[in-house]
Amino acid sequence: MSVSVETAVGKRAPAAIAGHPGRPRARVVTSVSRWLFIAPAVLYVAVFFGYPVVKNIVMSFQDYTTRTFFTGEAPWVGVANYAATFRSSLFATTVVNTALFTVGSIVAQFVIGLGLALFFRRHFPLSGFLRGLLLLPWLLPLIASSAVWKWILDQDSGALNQFLGLFGAPPVPWLVSPNLALIAVIGVNIWLGIPFNTTILYSGLQSVPPELYEAASLDGAVGVRAFRYITWPSIRSVVSVVIVLGVVYTLKVVDIILGLTGGGPANSTQTLATNAYHQSFVNFQFGEGAAVSNVLIVVSFVFAIVYISLSRKAVDE
Amino acid sequence: MTTTVQAAPSHVALPRRHRSHAGSLGMTALGVLFLAVMIFPVYWMVNTSLQANAGAATATWFPFQPTFEGYIAAFQQQIQNFLSSMVISLGTVVVTLLFATPAAYGLARFRMRGTRAFLLVLLVTQMIPTIVIANALYTLFNDVNLLNTYWGLILADSAAQIPFSILLMRAFMESIPPSLVEAALVDRANNFRAFISIVIPISRNAIVTAALFTFLGAWGDFLIALTLTSTTAVRPITLGIYNYIGSNVTDWAPVMATAVLASLPAAVLLVVAQKYIAAGALGGAVK
Repeated sequence: MSVSVETAVGKRAPAAIAGHPGRPRARVVTSVSRWLFIAPAVLYVAVFFGYPVVKNIVMSFQDYTTRTFFTGEAPWVGVANYAATFRSSLFATTVVNTALFTVGSIVAQFVIGLGLALFFRRHFPLSGFLRGLLLLPWLLPLIASSAVWKWILDQDSGALNQFLGLFGAPPVPWLVSPNLALIAVIGVNIWLGIPFNTTILYSGLQSVPPELYEAASLDGAVGVRAFRYITWPSIRSVVSVVIVLGVVYTLKVVDIILGLTGGGPANSTQTLATNAYHQSFVNFQFGEGAAVSNVLIVVSFVFAIVYISLSRKAVDE
Repeated sequence: MTTTVQAAPSHVALPRRHRSHAGSLGMTALGVLFLAVMIFPVYWMVNTSLQANAGAATATWFPFQPTFEGYIAAFQQQIQNFLSSMVISLGTVVVTLLFATPAAYGLARFRMRGTRAFLLVLLVTQMIPTIVIANALYTLFNDVNLLNTYWGLILADSAAQIPFSILLMRAFMESIPPSLVEAALVDRANNFRAFISIVIPISRNAIVTAALFTFLGAWGDFLIALTLTSTTAVRPITLGIYNYIGSNVTDWAPVMATAVLASLPAAVLLVVAQKYIAAGALGGAVK
């Protein structure tokens, strides 16, 4: 579905209809009526995206706490919120966790997704049916998936430890140990991302012209060589879209982490996004929360720029 | 890009290998194994929801003695939240379509100064973390008394869905032949009339698809509800689940039954709307 978003930007709109040739006044009326189609949406986006982004920047320079809601006062504090954010030991932890969470999730989702896409491309009995069933996890709201995984990963009676127990393994404290919690959370996020990666990469593979493989096989390029010289170059633009979209979405993940660990134990699964939530809605330090969110926005925007330039290039190709 | 992806023949001849019948069945076996691992959590959810007092080492791998106690408990505790989710999600669909459908058409059909910039803005909105929106909306909603209200959640959920819906429907509406609309314009209908009487009926599949994604997006929302409500006055089912798992769970059956209930609308909608989605998603490609 994200692929169709691509199309939306890249494709040039068809030349506008000339409208009614005729009196200038009629033309002005037409022009106004055209704007009326778009204006409500422009206004909505301005109020619900434009305003929050600006407001967030303003708040990040204020001492904005619960008191503000009663007194209406939010004193200016300059860069104190940012200074406090960068100086706290938690910041380094969250940056490292965010990086591990994002990179770990994306790499594994992509590799497994590509593997499954290549696997399902070979037509075998039930392949279409099995590929359809792969989408089943999508039916669950994210927080429901978190609940199911929290139960599966439960130390005392969770399914995973019961299963490992069959081989004599002692119960593993997946979500309770600060050393393991991040790994467990990344694992769940990988599971969530596999259907998306498989689906998009599979449709990318479908678009590779079969003649290419036939021609290449005459030159002796089969198996790994066929993948390297035909498949990979053909799906590269799809790959870049999948990866960059994946990064942008993974950076803002909050649901899974709050559901599984709440950022704990001992902040071992706290990321920039969950920390922004904690500052604002647990500690009620809205100024500091805004500062952390702005750091997150900057990181996302670096990827947004990469994303847009890549998708432009992909469409041009 | 959709064009190439979708237009591809569905049966690609692969590098030909002579596979035996047994090898082919081996592939199926392997596929079943992969799938079993991938959908095990879904199975485990349903399995646990049917077991009495599931917790503390009593859960078995199969519900040998299925009971609906979990569902009864879930209904008693969560039915109000389920209905709240329904109201919020349906409201979000209505608001989103009201704003997004005309905009999608306007962006697809008219070339005016600023439309390309607006498209870019719509894409950028997809990168903005929800927590940023929530942070600022909390203070705004506090000022205008929209915290803990259905309208507050509907408006905020719609904000998250409108940009994507516009992009989705615009891709389809670009494929409507201009001649169809022009014919109506010659008949002295204005742009708005032409939109209602021609564009909307033709775009039915795309609109249903956008409505579906919007519903599922609003239904699955957790962060907006978590941040923009502080009381139990308006509480969607996602928050109901969160409240379960936020504390120490001793009986997982009602939690998993609630998770099943929360997954039902998506399952029902996907089955019912399947033909619209396939057509709607293909729409952008059919030129």
